[in-house]
Amino acid sequence: MSLLEIKSLSKTYPGPDGRRLHAVSEVSLRLSEGEVLGVVGESGCGKSTLGRALLRLIEPSSGQVLFRGRDLTALSRSEMRLARREMQIVFQDPFGALNPRHSVGRIVGEPLLVQHRMSRAERRARVAETLSLVGLDPEAADKFPHEFSGGQRQRIAIARAIVLNPKLIVADEAVSALDVSVQSQIINLIADLRRRLGLSLIFISHDLSVIRHVSDRVAVMYLGRIVETGPTEALMQEPLHPYAQALLSAIPRPGVPRPERAPLAGEVPDPSAPPPGCAFHGRCPRAMPVCAETRPDLRTQGDTGREVACHLYP
Amino acid sequence: MPAAALLSIENLHVDVAGTPVIEGVSLSIAPGEMLGVVGESGCGKSVTALAAMRLLAEPPMRVSGGAIRFMGRDLAGLSDIEMQAIRGRDMAMIFQEPMTSLNPVFTVGDQVAEVLHLHSDLPPRACLDRAAELFATVGIPAPAEALNRYPHQMSGGQRQRVMIAMALACGPKLLVADEPTTALDVTVQAQILDLLDRLRRDTGMAVLLITHDLGVVSQYCDRVAVMYGGRIVEQAPAADLFAHPRHRYTRALLRTIPASNPPGSALPAISGTVPPPGRRPPGCSFHPRCTATVAACAHDLPALTGDTHLTRCWNPA
Repeated sequence: MSLLEIKSLSKTYPGPDGRRLHAVSEVSLRLSEGEVLGVVGESGCGKSTLGRALLRLIEPSSGQVLFRGRDLTALSRSEMRLARREMQIVFQDPFGALNPRHSVGRIVGEPLLVQHRMSRAERRARVAETLSLVGLDPEAADKFPHEFSGGQRQRIAIARAIVLNPKLIVADEAVSALDVSVQSQIINLIADLRRRLGLSLIFISHDLSVIRHVSDRVAVMYLGRIVETGPTEALMQEPLHPYAQALLSAIPRPGVPRPERAPLAGEVPDPSAPPPGCAFHGRCPRAMPVCAETRPDLRTQGDTGREVACHLYP
Repeated sequence: MPAAALLSIENLHVDVAGTPVIEGVSLSIAPGEMLGVVGESGCGKSVTALAAMRLLAEPPMRVSGGAIRFMGRDLAGLSDIEMQAIRGRDMAMIFQEPMTSLNPVFTVGDQVAEVLHLHSDLPPRACLDRAAELFATVGIPAPAEALNRYPHQMSGGQRQRVMIAMALACGPKLLVADEPTTALDVTVQAQILDLLDRLRRDTGMAVLLITHDLGVVSQYCDRVAVMYGGRIVEQAPAADLFAHPRHRYTRALLRTIPASNPPGSALPAISGTVPPPGRRPPGCSFHPRCTATVAACAHDLPALTGDTHLTRCWNPA
């Protein structure tokens, strides 16, 4: 059984002129135990909304989120609070995510306070243990966030996320704000914790090279929908959807000559007025008449474990 | 250093409230060249760019040594009025966040026309016509209608195009671009960088590109200067630098990125963090994080040496 199964999840907001803004549309995904699923896309594609909606940090408009077979969207607030013990989130900005007036010990220990009945000494021991797990000195517990660098603060945020021993972590651009030399330390830490704690991750990022490095499978989003999913290496080596192809060829890699390509023209359409048919057809170099009329479904490609939503792959 | 340098920065030192941030940077850029300055936060790359434009916030910032020559003139010797005449006309700058660089209460057409009005004799109507031409040059769709838009009515990529149009208005000899695509999506980043590349080839404008992105400098720049701790640690033609990095910091940086490693493998991380100004160690400022140190590294600052490929390292590869 999958650890997590997202079924046709949508999130809409009231948009301009009485329209609905479709942040996430009918997204279905599975995550196995111990797996890392990368979710990649450009700003406004809905990847962060998806990450929050599946934890019900924002309420989904429709769809289901099954965690070990149990529908999270049907839980009451207090039931959801208990369920969150097993699922945590790490955000991009390690400066904004930590209360500057609380000690690191209080920040990391707070989930224990909310979720467990533990003595003060037990809590302190658990915090110290968790801090060393993320590569910080246990004495860090008595310091405050401003005494740490960006990378160390992200370690603190990760410590808070794992202190309850969760099964699932949603990492939303968790390494994006970090300098290159610090980013690799945090990527290594996440990989290490995944192995040691048997974590499953939804790893959300705009950075394809990071996604490629950490993920077992990848989902590419465009304007609220998944346009392609598949095993990481297969997808990265031969992306099928024209948007995934454009996204991959646009990343400049050091020491690799600039590919002969016409950069993708235009920009992402307004999510409150998505174009009919395939949302990408206006920018797609291979668009056909049908693309402007009918929205392609996400279709399985043989037994490759890949799915593509594109009329080129019927 | 090319004889016909358009801009040359010689042994620049900059302090912020007495703390040294730039500690002896020398750079030169020739007409039509794209020079990349790459480094992590706090390395001094943006301060170098601001100093080149004489845009440092003084106080607390202050040029404490060195010289900046542009088109043969020492910028330090110019009055504020002379400097204003050069800025916007002969040298222009674009920044990371085009939203905060544009005035929200004027149309983008008026903002581009204002630059022309200040630096040319064109009548007001002709300034707007020229602004529409510039919008077409930088790839803004329906340029004549776009003149009447306000910044908030445009996307981030379109706003950056407006900034570029404004920078190009007077046909500058030098464009200083400080992280011009960092806030943009990769597909839009490719559009903007291709645009800058085409412009400098078509017009002979030099581009000083400040970025943290090694991939961007590798694919777009002729030459690259790598900065660390307020100094240039390595400088070379881009192809040479990425094929044969010599400084231990450059090498560590290139090795640590995910793209250089097999998927899922442990990344060869660089220990520690970039030291902030005021807490830079003596000797080579990278030495506490370096895995190939020799005795001199902790005490003596190595010189930047070499012919076309310069390195500031006691133990280069």
